[in-house]
Amino acid sequence: MQKQAIFQSKLLPYLLVAPQLAVVLIFFYWPALQAVIQSFLLQDAFGLSSNFVWFDNYIELFKDPAYFESIVRTFFFSFAIAVSSLSFALLLAVMADKPLRGSMLYRTLLIWPYAVAPPVVGVLWIFMLHPSLGVLARYLRAAGIDWNPLLDSNQAATLIILAAAWKQISYNFLFFLAGLQAIPKSVFEAAAIDGARPMRRFWTVTFPLLSPTIFFLLVVNIVYAFFDTFGIIDTMTRGGPGTSTVTLVYKVYTDGLLGGNLGSSAAQSVILMILVIVLTGIQFRFVERKVTY
Amino acid sequence: MANVTLRNVRKTYTGGFEAIKGVNVDVGDGQFCVLVGPSGCGKSTLLRMVAGLETVTGGEIDIGGKVVNQVEPADRDIAMVFQNYALYPHMSVFNNMAYGLRNRRMPEAEIKTRVEEAARVLELTSMLERKPRQLSGGQRQRVAMGRAIVRQPKVFLFDEPLSNLDAKLRISMRVEIRKLQRRLNVTSIYVTHDQLEAMTLADILVVMNGGQVEQVGNPLAIYEKPATTFVASFIGAPPMNLMSTHPDEIKSQLGGAASQAGILGIRPEDFVMTDQTPSGGVALSLTVEAVERVGAETFVYGSRAQDAQRIAATPGELPPGEVIVRIPGTEAPAIGAKIRVAAVRNKLHLFSSDGRTRLEA
Repeated sequence: MQKQAIFQSKLLPYLLVAPQLAVVLIFFYWPALQAVIQSFLLQDAFGLSSNFVWFDNYIELFKDPAYFESIVRTFFFSFAIAVSSLSFALLLAVMADKPLRGSMLYRTLLIWPYAVAPPVVGVLWIFMLHPSLGVLARYLRAAGIDWNPLLDSNQAATLIILAAAWKQISYNFLFFLAGLQAIPKSVFEAAAIDGARPMRRFWTVTFPLLSPTIFFLLVVNIVYAFFDTFGIIDTMTRGGPGTSTVTLVYKVYTDGLLGGNLGSSAAQSVILMILVIVLTGIQFRFVERKVTY
Repeated sequence: MANVTLRNVRKTYTGGFEAIKGVNVDVGDGQFCVLVGPSGCGKSTLLRMVAGLETVTGGEIDIGGKVVNQVEPADRDIAMVFQNYALYPHMSVFNNMAYGLRNRRMPEAEIKTRVEEAARVLELTSMLERKPRQLSGGQRQRVAMGRAIVRQPKVFLFDEPLSNLDAKLRISMRVEIRKLQRRLNVTSIYVTHDQLEAMTLADILVVMNGGQVEQVGNPLAIYEKPATTFVASFIGAPPMNLMSTHPDEIKSQLGGAASQAGILGIRPEDFVMTDQTPSGGVALSLTVEAVERVGAETFVYGSRAQDAQRIAATPGELPPGEVIVRIPGTEAPAIGAKIRVAAVRNKLHLFSSDGRTRLEA
């Protein structure tokens, strides 16, 4: 089948894609290139001159134990966020898939949190769980839990994971609901007649049939947890207490903008860039192949 | 093996829509019952109520002497074949058939025996390792059948199982289903909107319309003595010609019977092209409007000379005053020709004016 559009002028097609290309070049490739160049440079303490130092920034980085801690932490956060957000969203989607009255209303309500910007999510959770301001923090303290995420790094991590996972639930919910609705109802009915109880039905029919959706969302969620949690971390803990909630992205920010070490910061962003390329590659590969059961 | 008895079964949806308005049907052990009717008549809903997929809001459903209104589908000991087959797309053919048995904790060895036996009967042996998407429509249909028969249930339920197949395959599968059901001797309830499928498969035919049963009985008995004009026009193809008894042309021929009957029905195949009027029968003069020659037979669409009104049982069928006549394929009157057709007395069907009651001719 011929799908080629026919243009009179050879120039026109280029003109038509030019605005899009300009946006991509100016806002994506240009800064990316800058980062790559910057990562090979070392600036003096006053930022007046810079020397070309080859891979010194990278070597320094990998010698730095703080960077390794940050990598481990980021992966831990990502998996914790992805797993908790995915499982809770799946639970909600399975519940919402039932033909109940007012289903349109609560399905809509469940999607709303996605529209909330990450820093606002951070503020929202602070109002609930800040040791001195938080509404819920008071109850936690009353229940005998020594709740203070400003001092306790485990609690701070929990808080970040909670807030970040909460925000992503809506997105996952939407995909799960769509995935569930794409499965013909009669398949579930056949399973019910075939003697499978609801739990068994879920694990032997629903779950395997949703596996392409689950895989897709897993990658999306990991990417989200890697990069989009910046706003949440910045409003809630600013990486603290100590560096216990500093993720890779947040470290780029603290080292570069706060620490003034532009070379190292650039090197870190280049590493992140490679990571994103890999993750996206995995995702595309599987989406194209339509991972099926 | 079990009887299935429906006693005054009703289904009212929240919001007040009455989908099933009191249905009584008794299907004997090993019988093949076909529910037939136009779309929206409630036949599928009724079947799903027997399966336990829809709640029953009134009356009783009895399978094998036990009222199952509150019993889960899994515990009713039924198997169902769905219109879209509803195979588990992620499981192989073998696992599709074995799933119901595994859920019931049958030993793996027996599962293997049963599935292989079913596969042999359905000629699926070479496909046991395939996934449903690698199968053709007919093969998927057979897997769905296999999934039902390995279970050896008390009752088979079929929800328009052949409607996704092409015409040729539909006929051969129809025969297969009937043979299989005879051999296994399992009570079956089969839903279809195709009257030919209904006629050929059924031991008991249930004709439904608007959530009610119009007529229950042996298919041929229903064909010969339809209880209402709805049944008369639904069963039989092409449909029975229904006309008002009031025009003089008909009234004079019917004599006394016409005074009670409002509607006269004559099947296209009961007409004979003749100039004579059989005693007690009815003869009509027609102008030939269209002729369809299909080989073994010819269908003549004629309009009545008189201003007579043909009563359309289902709106949008034939235009009023049009009559279909079936004659042998060797004959074909010219378009525009005037012909006379006649039917003998015992081939006439008389109904009350509202079409709800059959009167003896």
